[in-house]
Amino acid sequence: MQTQILEGGFTDLPIDASHAFRAVMTAMARPGEIVSVTGAQPPLPLSAAAGVVILTLCDPETPIYLAPGHDTPQLRDWITFHTGAPFAQPQDAMFALGAWDDLPLADFSTGTAEYPDRSATLIVESLTLSNEGAALRGPGIKDRAALSLPETRAFQNNAALFPLGLDFIFTCADRLAALPRTTKVS
Amino acid sequence: MSDYNFAYLDEQTKRMIRRAILKGLAIPGYQVPFASREMPMPYGWGTGGVQVSAAVLTPDDTFKVIDQGADDTTNAVSIRRFFQKTAGVAVTEATSQASVIQTRHRIPEEELRADQILVYQVPIPEPLRFLEPSEVETRKMHALEEYGLMHVKLYEDISQHGDIATAYAYPVKVEGRYVMDPSPIPKFDNPKLEMAGIQLFGAGREQRIYAIPPYTQVVSLDFDDYPFQPTKADHACDLCGATDSYLDELIVDDAGGRMFMCSDTDYCTSRRKDGHVGAQGVPYKEDAA
Repeated sequence: MQTQILEGGFTDLPIDASHAFRAVMTAMARPGEIVSVTGAQPPLPLSAAAGVVILTLCDPETPIYLAPGHDTPQLRDWITFHTGAPFAQPQDAMFALGAWDDLPLADFSTGTAEYPDRSATLIVESLTLSNEGAALRGPGIKDRAALSLPETRAFQNNAALFPLGLDFIFTCADRLAALPRTTKVS
Repeated sequence: MSDYNFAYLDEQTKRMIRRAILKGLAIPGYQVPFASREMPMPYGWGTGGVQVSAAVLTPDDTFKVIDQGADDTTNAVSIRRFFQKTAGVAVTEATSQASVIQTRHRIPEEELRADQILVYQVPIPEPLRFLEPSEVETRKMHALEEYGLMHVKLYEDISQHGDIATAYAYPVKVEGRYVMDPSPIPKFDNPKLEMAGIQLFGAGREQRIYAIPPYTQVVSLDFDDYPFQPTKADHACDLCGATDSYLDELIVDDAGGRMFMCSDTDYCTSRRKDGHVGAQGVPYKEDAA
């Protein structure tokens, strides 16, 4: 057994998770705001920020979909050991993890009219993350914000589904930003 | 503090609540079901707010609790001590110094900043519940955006009382989509629902969490000819003289004597410290409680 699977988790779980959640919540409440997180050293190719999000939000109740580029035995073992989350196909996943081009957007659950919360949250591993690029408007944004997004069309289509839709967390090294379905991208 | 996990709840419960909070923020005004836990206090004492606070607090936070605006009621004191004990957080009564504020039925008078979080205790999260008792039906009404019944209720207020008589828990529409119960805050507080801070709502008995992100559009329902009006007692605070704050009325003797005072005790005290004195007030002294 490779011991590195056992490492890289939170050292003080309740405290690390509380700080991490506040950062993720701030990001989700303020689309476009980039926050830094610490506490996880997951195996490659997972970024530290994506590792923190998984440790903070995932457990045996949350099926995860790993996109092809992230579906490595080592990463599977790390997630299983630290969270116990089961792996699933896109249509059954509550969380998905991968690079933008690897994620089959059309296959994820966007919720139902009566339960729009039963929708997937996508953790998108990004090479860059900056406050330049697409303009963002909507709840959580005072006037307008900007974020480097992989494209704009997919997010416009997603926002048009409101109150259904997917929610996104973009991760890059130890930083992350979020884009809920309410944000209007142009 | 090692007898409890940090902030009382176990980690798996906190993760479940945290996921509900994130979905709540992504769908403003929509009530996310969550698996509410038994808390060491009875339902109706803020178990929903306490669970949300437990999921949100970090050891670096400064925590404030108000009950109808007051920091010093039994409910507020016991919840404040609960988190002092189980989370080791600093506590305060000063609105401006708090990073997380748990509230029962008021929004502080002082405008909240972007780095502050307001957690509401909610008894009945469903604004349509008193009009339609079935959860299956109200869920369908939210899904279909069918809110005619709520307007009928407000209309009947006008036809019976000549005015919209709803004075608290006044329904709002969030971001043009979901009709939401802002919890039993006086309608005086409704305009403050559009704020810079994050607002989280927890209903423990009813097992619902919902949220309003910062700068989200929150519109109080009304009619063109009967526009929404935030109201308060037409009086000034008898202790600090404030004319812009929400007032409590207090009967002071058997002869019908009464006085009005700010419901927000921190607001009133800080005004008195600044030298403001109301009609029945006395100049503030440090130990005069």
